[in-house]
Parts: sequence; C-alpha cells; structure tokens
Amino acid sequence: MGERLRGAEIFCRALADEGVEHIFGYPGGAVLHIYDELFKQNTIKHVLVRHEQAAAHAADGYARATGRPGVVLVTSGPGVTNAITGIATAYMDSIPMVVFTGQVPTQLIGNDAFQEVDCVGITRSCVKHNFLVSRVEDLALTIKRAFYVATTGRPGPVVVDIPKDVQAAVAEYDYPRTIEMRSYRPTTQGHPGQVRRAARLIQSAQQPMIYTGGGVILGDAAEQLTEFTRLLGFPITNTLMGLGGYPGSDPQFVGMLGMHGTYEANMAMHHCDVLIAVGARFDDRVTADLSKFCPDAKIIHIDIDPSSIAKNVPVDVPIVGSVREVLTDLIEVLRRADQKPMPRDHAWWQRIQQWRAIDCLAFDRKSDLIKPQAVIEALHEVTGGSAYVTSDVGQHQMWAAQFYKFDRPRRWINSGGLGTMGFGLPAAIGVQVALPRETVVCVSGEASLVMCIQELSTCLQFGLPIKIVLLNNRYMGMVRQWQELFYDKRYSHSYMDSLPDFVKLVESFGHVGIRIERPGDVRGALEQAFALTDRLVLLDFVTDRTENVYPMVAAGKGHHEMKLSPLQTAPAPRELA
Amino acid sequence: MTMRHTISVLLENEAGALSRVAGLFSARGYNIESLTVAPTEDPTVSRMTLVTRGSEEVVEQITKQLNKLIDVIRLVDLSPNAHIERELILVKLRRADEDAKPLPLEDFNAHVLDDTEDTIVVEMIGGTSRVDEFLAAIDPERIIEVIRSGVLGILRGHRALQA
Repeated sequence: MGERLRGAEIFCRALADEGVEHIFGYPGGAVLHIYDELFKQNTIKHVLVRHEQAAAHAADGYARATGRPGVVLVTSGPGVTNAITGIATAYMDSIPMVVFTGQVPTQLIGNDAFQEVDCVGITRSCVKHNFLVSRVEDLALTIKRAFYVATTGRPGPVVVDIPKDVQAAVAEYDYPRTIEMRSYRPTTQGHPGQVRRAARLIQSAQQPMIYTGGGVILGDAAEQLTEFTRLLGFPITNTLMGLGGYPGSDPQFVGMLGMHGTYEANMAMHHCDVLIAVGARFDDRVTADLSKFCPDAKIIHIDIDPSSIAKNVPVDVPIVGSVREVLTDLIEVLRRADQKPMPRDHAWWQRIQQWRAIDCLAFDRKSDLIKPQAVIEALHEVTGGSAYVTSDVGQHQMWAAQFYKFDRPRRWINSGGLGTMGFGLPAAIGVQVALPRETVVCVSGEASLVMCIQELSTCLQFGLPIKIVLLNNRYMGMVRQWQELFYDKRYSHSYMDSLPDFVKLVESFGHVGIRIERPGDVRGALEQAFALTDRLVLLDFVTDRTENVYPMVAAGKGHHEMKLSPLQTAPAPRELA
Repeated sequence: MTMRHTISVLLENEAGALSRVAGLFSARGYNIESLTVAPTEDPTVSRMTLVTRGSEEVVEQITKQLNKLIDVIRLVDLSPNAHIERELILVKLRRADEDAKPLPLEDFNAHVLDDTEDTIVVEMIGGTSRVDEFLAAIDPERIIEVIRSGVLGILRGHRALQA
C-alpha cells in the first residue's frame, strides 16, 4: 500500500521518481497547488522563464543536448497557448518532452471559465500524445505513460493537462517502475531479412551515398554510424538535423545536403546509384523537387517510424527499427561478408572530388565588411569546435550549419522542422542549465533574437554564461535574400527599422555587450567573450547587409541545378555532371 | 489509381480517441466517406470502421498514420481481404397516393418501423451498393429524410481483428 498524497504531492514525487532534475516553467492560478509543493522540496530545480514559449524551447534545448526528456510546467489558458509554438517546434523535430499544464477545476471545464482553453484539443495536432487527468487516482500512471511515450519509439512532446481540483484531491501514491501499453509498442529491432537485402544492395553499389538525419542524433547512433561509414568508405551527407551524427571535419563527409547544402553533397545525391537513408525523413528542404530526386538510385531507408518510410519517396528496402540496432546488425552482416572500404581513388570519389573542387562555400575574405561566414569560422576556431551551438532561424542558421564543423552529436541545436525564430536563446538556456560546465553559444540574427529577448532576464537569474553571437545585418536576411532573388528586389517589410542598441540592451539586463564593426576585430572579440567564463556576453557583429547564403537549390529545381555564389567561376555544373 | 478502402480499427475507448482520428484525416487532407464507432464486447475497446478513398500509396500512409496514433491498438484494411460490409438505412417517407408505385420492401428485405397517417419510416440493411439501389427505387418526391449508419465491416472466415 502506498502513501496517501495530494495530487500536487504526487506530481512532485512522480517527477522525482522519474529522475527529473530540472523543470522549466511559469506559475499561474491553475498550477498554484503544484508550485506550492515545488516550494517545499529540493529534488527538482525549477527554472523560471519570462514567457511560456521560452519554457518549452528551454526544455527542448535541454533534451537535445542531453537526450533526457525536457519537462515544462505552465498554467492553463494563456500559459498553454504561449507554449504551443515551443511544443510544435519539439514535435516537428521529434524531441522528447513532457509538458504539464494546469487546467480549471473539472466541474468548470467547458464553462468558458477564467483562463480556460481546451488544452487537449488545442495541442492535439502538435503532440505525440496528450492526456487530461480527470481523476487523481490516474495521475501517477498518466505521468509514467507520458514519459514512456515521449521518450520511446520516435520521440516527441506529450502534454498532461491536470485540473486544479485533481491537484488538491488525495489518492494512494504508487509509481510504476515499468509500463506496457497494448496500443503502443514501437519496433526497435530491424527485420533480419531486410537487413540482409540491404547489405546485398550496398555490396552492389558503384556510386553509393549515405544520407542521415536527426534520427541518428535522437537514437544515440553516431558511434554506429561512424563505424558503418568507415567500414564502407562511402561518402556521407547529413541533413540540417543530422549534423554531428558523423564528424563534420572527416574527409568522407561531403557536407550538409538540401536547399543550402554543399554542391558536392547535392551532386552526389543526384548521381548516386544506391542511397542509404538513416533516420531521415526526406523533407522538402532536403529533397528539392521530388520529380528530380535521386533519379537513378535504389533506396534503403532505416527509420523507427514506419510512417516516415515511403511517405515522400518510394523506397526499395525499408527497414523499421531503431537506427542504432539496425546499423549494428548491418555492420555485423557486412563484416561477415568481409566488406572492404571503397578506395579513395575509386571513380566515384574522383568525381566527388571534382565537385568538391568548386569550393561552393567560398566567400569574399578581403571585404572591408564583416562577412558572417568569417564570424562562424572564427567561432569554430576559438571554441575548438566543441561548443554547444544553438541557433535561431534564417541566414545565420544556415551559415552556422555550413561553417561550424560539428564533429560530435547533440552539439548543434536548432529548429529544423518548424523553423521557429526565437528558439535560439531559450534553447541555449536549457543547454546551459543541463551542462553548466560546457561552452554554450547562441548564434542568432537581430530579427530572431528580439522574439524571445526577455529571456536575458532568466539568464541573469540563473547565472547562465551563454555567449550570443549576433550576426546583425539589419534585415530579416533570408526574407531579404528571397526578395532579392525571386521578387525583383522588392524588400517588402524585411527591413529591421528602429533596432535597439544591443550592447546597451544586454547591459540593461545585467550582462556584457560588445559591438564589432571591423573584420580585424572579430577574433579578438570572440576571445575576449569566451574569456569571461562566468558572464553572458552578447557579441553584436555588424555584418555585410547584402550577403546571401550560397549555394542554393531554388524552388522547383533538382539537386543538380544548384545556384552557386557569384564568386564561383568554376566550370558550369553541367560540364562536371 | 484511387480506390475505395474500408479500414477497421480497434482503439482505446477513451475520451478524445475519435477526435484524434478525425483530426488526423483533416490535418493530412485524407477524405472520409463514412465513419462509425462504438464500444466492443470489451468496454475498454472501441471499434471503428472507416471508408476512405485514395491511391495505394495514400491508403498505406493512412494506415501507417492511424497505427501511429497512441490510442490505436490494431487495424486492418478490409478491402484486399474477403470481408462483409453492411450498412443500415432509415428513410422517412410521405404516404403515397393510391395509384403510386408500391415500395419494393420485399425485394430488399426492408421493414416498416413506423406507420402514421402522413408518414412511414422504413429500415433496410445491406451492402453500400444494395442500399444505393434501394434508395434509387424510391420516388424522390416522397422522401422526407434519409439516415445511413455508415459501413460496418468484418473479415470472412476464421481471421478476426482482436485486441
């Protein structure tokens, strides 16, 4: 027989029993019982954000950096609606997260009560699953289920809506150690027959390509992927979400693919004869025009989510399972067949080297203006490539992805699927809370940063020495780029007029700000900032306003039809194709 | 090629389970021709039969997406398998003139459930096409309202969909 506890006590005990150390939240009427219990205990540390959206982003960053589920606590009504953007962001990138929301008392539900929204209804389409706890007797089991669903299979956010009277009611507390759900049993082991078929197809490949995504990071399979890739000696590309799944500085890595991927990665995709897709979902920013996608390739697709397979692209060898298990099995089958790596003088590698020689990421290094790419390069050097880098969304995100060579998983934290501006700073809060001794950098743009700028206050309260690398071009850069290229330079509302003085702004929040206006000062400023290990520093890099992200696959184009930077005078793509 | 598929789903009998299925169809742009749901002999389990249209690829995605819903226990696409489908129809009709064509009640094994001075209510059970035929055999001028239950489906033989 368990102890008899009130719902709010059950909540705190269950979280402690689940091993939760941190929660990100904001109090309000419908969660006051829970906040009162939090006050009385020391096991769970609560990080107070300044807006519920940031609570969800911070928990998301926490989860991405550690692999442990992020936990959020918000009140009913506006607490829920403010958190939606953060929940949807986590959902699109399959991030394990459990969001607890207060709800008006059960007898008021449906009455349009003060601060009431239909939380289960409003979050349904952006969660993996959600629950309304209508009886206190169900609370502990529901919390167990929520963590189980959020963290297994293809992970995702789960919302648990707890009415105020349930928080006050009393029930026996018994937290289940394990759980089974008849309606939810994710497959982890790949089908052995399919694994053998995949191995045979791999052995027949002449122009193979490995394409991997966020599933490798989420599934903690970077080690297996690296072993697999080295065993085969094949070229490998990562999606935006997959960066760090394979060492970015390794010669077998041909860079990111897709809309702003490298020329060599996209050309190799277009010309490959066997494509090995691992934990990736053939997103439209990756595939470009589907009718032109990998025209000659047989496709192997390994994914834990059956609905990701053959959703956008027909697949020849589907394997449902955890990427870690399946790669381990594949390595074993290939080793038994005495697989040798593809030699670097193989015709396929020679072709890739020709594409690589175009140097598609080249930029003007002699400019009098600060080039954003140069800032990221310097950041990589100064941090030794080992920082945890969060970003917002837009040009700065693409430059960070292109120029910060991520060698390890979980270091690159950005909103890939939903593309949420405002994600970077609160995500960095979550990372720094989880990993207080690590270097955490938020690469942002001035348009994105102001979307959650209030969180500078959270950073001060919790002593989080995040370094904000602001690539300030006084434009919504990616919008401006599209308007330049596709809307005859009609810069409709992409100009950031009346910007704050970011140095003064960050100082007013109690932090350190540095403005950098000359290319020669970039590196020194970074060194100065990283020397301040106990302070948040915002580096306001005043960059070239007109710099564009290249190369680029425009809408309706294929991987082989990339637009290169005007700097590239190398042979036209067709000559090398 | 677009085909009609009848999918039978067992799901947890919980608040919100139906809205998850309906939400999935609207969010992903799948069409629903009919949908019926009720508890089974096990009150914790509901059984849903839904009729949809789509290419093989779309229907494969529909079944995968349904399976992905946490409340869904098991499902089967009945259409490629030997199965039975039944639909119930209730029709309220104006009483006919003396010289009107009589209703084909016997041909369709239909029954009169309510008989008043002005109106009658007729019940008929059959496969969707048989129900369509019955409806077509009634003078439209006489019809006041029509209610169809939507399709129920079950596999033939020993195979069964069980939790």
